Amino acid sequence: MDKATEIRSAAGDRVLHKGNFLKAVWAVVWKDLQAEFRSRELFSAMLVFSLLIILIFNFALELDVKTRQSVTAGVLWATFAFAGTLGLNRSMAIEKDRGCLDGLLLAPVDRSAIYFGKVISNLAFMLIVELIVLPVYSVLYSVNLFQPGLLLVILLGSIGYVGVGTLLSTMSVQTRTRDILLPILLFPVVIPVLLAAVKASSGFLANADWEEIILPLNLLIAYDVIFIALAFMVFDSVVEE
Amino acid sequence: MITVKKLVKRFGLKTVLRGVDFEVQPGEFVALLGPNGAGKTTFLRILASLSRPSLGDVKIAGYKLPHEAAQVRARLGVVSHLPLLYGDLTAEENLRFYARMYNIPNIELRVTEVLEMVGLEARRRDLVRTFSRGMQQRLAIGRAVLHDPDVVLFDEPYTGLDQDASAMLDDLLKTVAAKGRTVVMTSHDLARAEDLATRFDILSRGVISASASRKELKKTNLLAFYKQALVG
Repeated sequence: MDKATEIRSAAGDRVLHKGNFLKAVWAVVWKDLQAEFRSRELFSAMLVFSLLIILIFNFALELDVKTRQSVTAGVLWATFAFAGTLGLNRSMAIEKDRGCLDGLLLAPVDRSAIYFGKVISNLAFMLIVELIVLPVYSVLYSVNLFQPGLLLVILLGSIGYVGVGTLLSTMSVQTRTRDILLPILLFPVVIPVLLAAVKASSGFLANADWEEIILPLNLLIAYDVIFIALAFMVFDSVVEE
Repeated sequence: MITVKKLVKRFGLKTVLRGVDFEVQPGEFVALLGPNGAGKTTFLRILASLSRPSLGDVKIAGYKLPHEAAQVRARLGVVSHLPLLYGDLTAEENLRFYARMYNIPNIELRVTEVLEMVGLEARRRDLVRTFSRGMQQRLAIGRAVLHDPDVVLFDEPYTGLDQDASAMLDDLLKTVAAKGRTVVMTSHDLARAEDLATRFDILSRGVISASASRKELKKTNLLAFYKQALVG
């Protein structure tokens, strides 16, 4: 073995043995944020779409103040779910279109690092959009949405939605009908998350008893843990042909 | 360096590779030639651990696929007809990102070295989407050799390049190969393959139908050898 080959082999060993899992996760997150900061492609699409949905609901449902409060959770989560699908689709399409997904898969890291990196960046985009949508919604519907309990539900619901959505968008992006396929795959799987999130959100908005809220909240936590663990286990098989 | 035995790849009912036997010695430059649909890209994707073999053994640098895929990937660089680069990142940001993924030490130093090697030092802060196809392909080669791999796979690297860009790519491929690396390249361009490779394998109907070294080819030309291999 010549010197150059020895150096290269040592480099290969270093890559594998230093455990660069977190470094790889952070690299994917940073890359996504940097690219999005420059193009604003994904973020602006999600934001405009969200604002349009709440505006349409606002004009379509000419409701009195009391009824508005009762539909708030449903309208809010429908908005997040639709905008989230748009973001998930775009986020993976960016990887697929120039072959970058292959570039990621060629890196000598545990492939679940790529999954977690994409989940964190997708979650960041979704949370930023939600943070902008909430005050707009509050003004349009005259409802105070800045309650710690509701914000916790939005965080847990978004984690579950993005966790499953990132896995399914990785699958759907490999097909020709990716734009249509993702919602068809995703919505049936996230029904438990959306139902629990709507129920818990309604509970917090109506100042319901803790007993009423704790069940959907626990369901959200359980869903997040189970589905992210599941995605962690199957991601490698999903991305390989 | 690369040993493939009785490799079979099926997609549903369609069998693309039907028992490929292939061996590459360290430092060899193998041109894998064949008509469209022969399975060249599928074969390269299996070597790159992007696709699993249905049957057969694949070993690269002593590591078996798919079980030791991470070890193989650490020693492997891949250049395809797609650039595998982010258009909204600059040249240096792309390389920095991949350097982090490969856990390369002294990232800035290595990124500068690679940019100089591919002749893009002056454009390091420009967005990749503003690059010409040729420049993107040069940067793609830089990305592939960033971690100094033992083996480099090129899948139709000349696709979509004009004459000047192709000539520039020739020099770069020679530079990559000159460092003692093992190279496998698929191509339709027989003239370029003849100029670069030290061995020529023909993949036809899912098997390697012929193989010859540069020495063996001295008696005949590559085109005649290729045509004979396809007919035979």
